Parts: sequence; structure tokens; C-alpha cells
Amino acid sequence: MTTPTTSGAVVALEHVAKRYGPPGSPPAVTDLSLTIPAGEVCVLVGPSGCGKTTTMKMINRLIEPTSGRITIDGVDVMRQPAVELRRRIGYVIQQTGLFPHLTVAENVAVVPRLLRWQDTRVRERVDELLELVGLDPAGYRSRYPAALSGGERQRVGVARALAADPPVMLMDEPFGAVDPILRDRLQNEFLRLQAKVRKTVVFVTHDVDEAIKMADRIAILQRGGILAQYDTPDQILANPASEFVDRFVGADRGLKRLSLARVRDLPLLQPVLVRPGEERAEVRRRLEGPEALGFALLVDEEKRPIGWIGHAQLAGDGPISPDAATPDATLLQPESTLRDALSELLLSSVQLGVVVGEGERVLGAISVDQISDTLRAAAGHGHGAA
Amino acid sequence: MIEGQPFFRFDWLVDNLDQLARRLGEHLLVTFIAVTVGFLISFALALLIRRYPPIYGPILAVSGILYAIPSIALFVLFIPITGLSLLTAEIALVSYTLVILVRNIVTGLRAVPSDVIEAARGMGYTDTQRLWRVELPIALPIIVAGVRIATVTTIGLVTIATLIGMGGLGYLIVNIGVTRRFPTATITGVVVVVLLSTIVDLLLLAVQRRLTPWAKAREA
Repeated sequence: MTTPTTSGAVVALEHVAKRYGPPGSPPAVTDLSLTIPAGEVCVLVGPSGCGKTTTMKMINRLIEPTSGRITIDGVDVMRQPAVELRRRIGYVIQQTGLFPHLTVAENVAVVPRLLRWQDTRVRERVDELLELVGLDPAGYRSRYPAALSGGERQRVGVARALAADPPVMLMDEPFGAVDPILRDRLQNEFLRLQAKVRKTVVFVTHDVDEAIKMADRIAILQRGGILAQYDTPDQILANPASEFVDRFVGADRGLKRLSLARVRDLPLLQPVLVRPGEERAEVRRRLEGPEALGFALLVDEEKRPIGWIGHAQLAGDGPISPDAATPDATLLQPESTLRDALSELLLSSVQLGVVVGEGERVLGAISVDQISDTLRAAAGHGHGAA
Repeated sequence: MIEGQPFFRFDWLVDNLDQLARRLGEHLLVTFIAVTVGFLISFALALLIRRYPPIYGPILAVSGILYAIPSIALFVLFIPITGLSLLTAEIALVSYTLVILVRNIVTGLRAVPSDVIEAARGMGYTDTQRLWRVELPIALPIIVAGVRIATVTTIGLVTIATLIGMGGLGYLIVNIGVTRRFPTATITGVVVVVLLSTIVDLLLLAVQRRLTPWAKAREA
């Protein structure tokens, strides 16, 4: 990026409450305190009516708190004019809110123009941002929003929010209105983008899976804006703080937790590697070692896996033929999530996964037992062991 | 109609081109004043309604009643107060534009999508900036549609204003054509009024298309 990026600011909520009705009416947000470290994605999640959107909108003062204090890098948001505050906070909403009468470039340029940047600086920034969100500036600059697809609009919305390089971004169900496949792609794109720009992001969603995927920290709110738990996705899945959190994250939280871990996080097992032509008796002997997995892995000269060989195929004498192995060995990449790995392993005849790296060369193996040990280790801490 | 004369006398038309041009000029001026003043009043009312929505109903009711009064009655009603003057004519003509213009401006502003308004607020537009840079531009097609209806309506009504001495193309239709039983003048007046309405309407449409290139992208 040509413009140096401002990284995130600490956002802190201190005893924040919001009541829409007169004193005594049920509050939308009750005594909420949480601190979001600079550069992290904090996802506010909870059932409808839990005050997550209200909480988010109090940060840029679209809604003003009834009591309590919200600070950004220590500065109270109520101590500055609302419009100036908002120009320093990126804002992305579900329906995108793109201005239909402005081109893509003009939409992205909105906040820089409000801040009276010079024309050349605005133009450069617009092109830079369109590239950042994966839209070719030459092809998109002068289009109107009506001529864009849903995904393109959402990307322009993100570019517009980043335009003036704000330290804080608020995102209100930004990917809620697109189909699941596109949502997945936009989520991944945003995570990659966030790794570069390191903003402090407050992200609202009602979707637990999205929260787990996007968050560095998740704040689970329950009705009345009461903070049920505020922790990392891993900790929330491993140790739900209450019955409510447990139910909200769902009965399959063990499986969900597996989507946080990747194959490369496990210590790889080293199976006995065998090449076609080796003597069966010799292989049988090597399989008796304490480290052996009960199967040998047949590989070719390039160390690419052919398949597993069990004791049944090793009976008798003579060399091993290349077609002796089970043909359906499950191949896993180090980047695969444990959830995907488990689901593939459960379908294969040998419940061992071959982990392959570049050129499909064998790096090692993982077993279903290792994955279930991970699950148990998680559940072992504190509440929710059941 | 006078016996022995042709139904339409081109020679009269050719001899009276200068009068036709003068009447057309008068007609346009009276129309222009009425629509401009009507628009300014309606715009102010619409902004008031934007800020205080409950006054919309009463304002629509009053302008609706004005609209329902027959035009001749409205012209005559003001003669005792303002005489046979341009002011009298304009009071009536402006009254007629209000219901159309107020309704269209308010509808246009209210048709701005709520997510657009929320985004504008969230990005730090002041209320005034939001009105002028976001809401009004987006409302423009509906507002111009109102101006077109108001203008065409007014062009028609101005022909009646000739009864209180405003001249215009109505002078050809009524004062010469009907009073002196001379159909050539009536036909000329009517044809020019129709042409004028159509041309002005199309011009306004062209202006609107020019100002809102994005609206076309949306229709596509």
C-alpha cells in the first residue's frame, strides 16, 4: 500500500447501558464492559434482541448510551463531535448502503471528500483500495452500484469503509445478505485483508459459525445486552461459561472447535514407508515396532503415497506388488481443518490420513484417535465436560 | 363562424405570427413564474415535513382542497383583493402546483433507501450534507416527475387565466377565436398549447436523464 496504514486502536466499553424507554423500562444493553485490543476482530454475537447492534452503534454514536463510557485509544467518544468521530470509524452494513447516484469511485471517495482531501490523493487512494478488495480499478471505477453483483457491492462497501484509513471498523452483519458460497469467499477475503491492515474490528452477526471463523475474540450477549462470555473462540468452545453459552454455541461445539484447529497443529505420526518390491517378511518385522500404526504406507520413488498395506496383504513371502495397497488412502493438506480431516477419515477404510506437502510427497500421517484426543483435551478444562 | 370563410385561414396565421410569438412568450412567462414559485414553496414545505413528519397530513389536505376548487372560481375569488393582475393569476396557478409538487418531493425523499441514509449517517455526513448530497440527488427522478406534471398542468391552466387579462395563448383561443367566432385563432391556440406542453415535458425529461445517469443503470 502506498498510504501507510493506521493500525487499530483500543476500543473500551465501561459499564455501558442503553435504555430506549423511560427509566425503569427493560434496558437494551445492561452494564456492559469489555475491552477490544488494538488490531483484533471482536465479534458481537447473540440471539435477536440481545443488543449486539445497539452496542455496535453506540461506538460511532448512531445510538447514544444512557450511561457508561466508550473510549477509543482512551478518548471518550462523547467528547468529540459525532460527525468527526464517524469519519474516523469505518462502517459497513448488510445492505451495503452504497449510494446509487454515485459511481464506485465516488462511493469509495465519500469520507476522503468529507475530510477535504486533495483530488489526486483521493484518486490514488480509490484505485489502491479497489485493488486491495480485488476489483480492477479500470473496470470498476466508473460503474454505478446498480451494475454490480452482490459480492462486488459488498467489496466496494468494505473499500469505502477503509477509505480514510480509520483505526476502527464497525461491520453490521456485512455478509448476511449473500449466498453461503459467496459468504465463505468474502469472509476469507476479509480475513486476508485484515491480516494486512490490522484494524480494530467490531463485527456483529447472529451466526455462531461466522463468529468462530472471523473472531479473535467473541462477545456473546444475551437478552438485555448482558455479556454472557467474552473470550477467544477456542476458549468459548472449550469452556462455555454458562448454560446459555453452551446452548447458544450448539451441541456440536466439539466439532466446531475442530474447525479452529488445522492438521499442521498436530504432531505428525511417521508411518512405516514401503516401496514396491520390498520383501513382505521384512515389512512384517518393521511393523512390529512400538511406533508402528498397524499399517505400512506404500509410496513410489518420489515418496508419493500409493496406499495403505495391512497385515492381510503381508502374509506369506515374496516382494510386495504395487497393487497390494488399499487404493483409497485419505490425503490431507497441513492447512486442512481438523473438522474436514475427521469427516474424510470417517469415510475411509483405514482411519489414518496421509499428510502430503508439495508435489504430494508424504510428510506424515494423522489418526482419528489424535483428533478425538484433541477434542477430549479441550473438553477436559472446566465446565462443559459433559 | 362567418359565412363564406374557409375553416382555417393560413393568411391570418401568417399575418399574425408576431402576435402568436408574443402570446407564446406571455404564456411561458406566466407558467414559469407559477412553477418556480410553486416549487420554492413546495420545497420549503417538504423540508419542514422531513423534519416534522406529522404536518404532512394537514399540508396535503389544505393543498388538496385548493386543487379541488375550480380554476375559474379561484381566479375570480382573488379579484376583489388583488384585482385583475398577474398576482391574482399567479396566486391561483401556484396553489394548483402545490399538491403535486409537495407530494412528489416528499415521496422522493421518503423513497431514499434506509440503508443509504444509515450509511450516510455512519460515515459522518452532517444532516445538511446528507440532504443535499445524498437524499435530494436520489429523490431527483421523482421530484422532476412532479415538476413535469405541474408544468403541463399549469400550461393548460394559463389559457384560462386569459379571462382575468393575462393574455397568453388563451387570448387566441377565447378572446379572438370564441368571442369573435374565428376558429382559426382557436385552433392555432390549442395546437400551440399542446405542442408547448409536449415539448416542455420532453425537455424536462431530457434534463432529468442528464442529471441522473445512474437511474438508467438501475433500470437496466
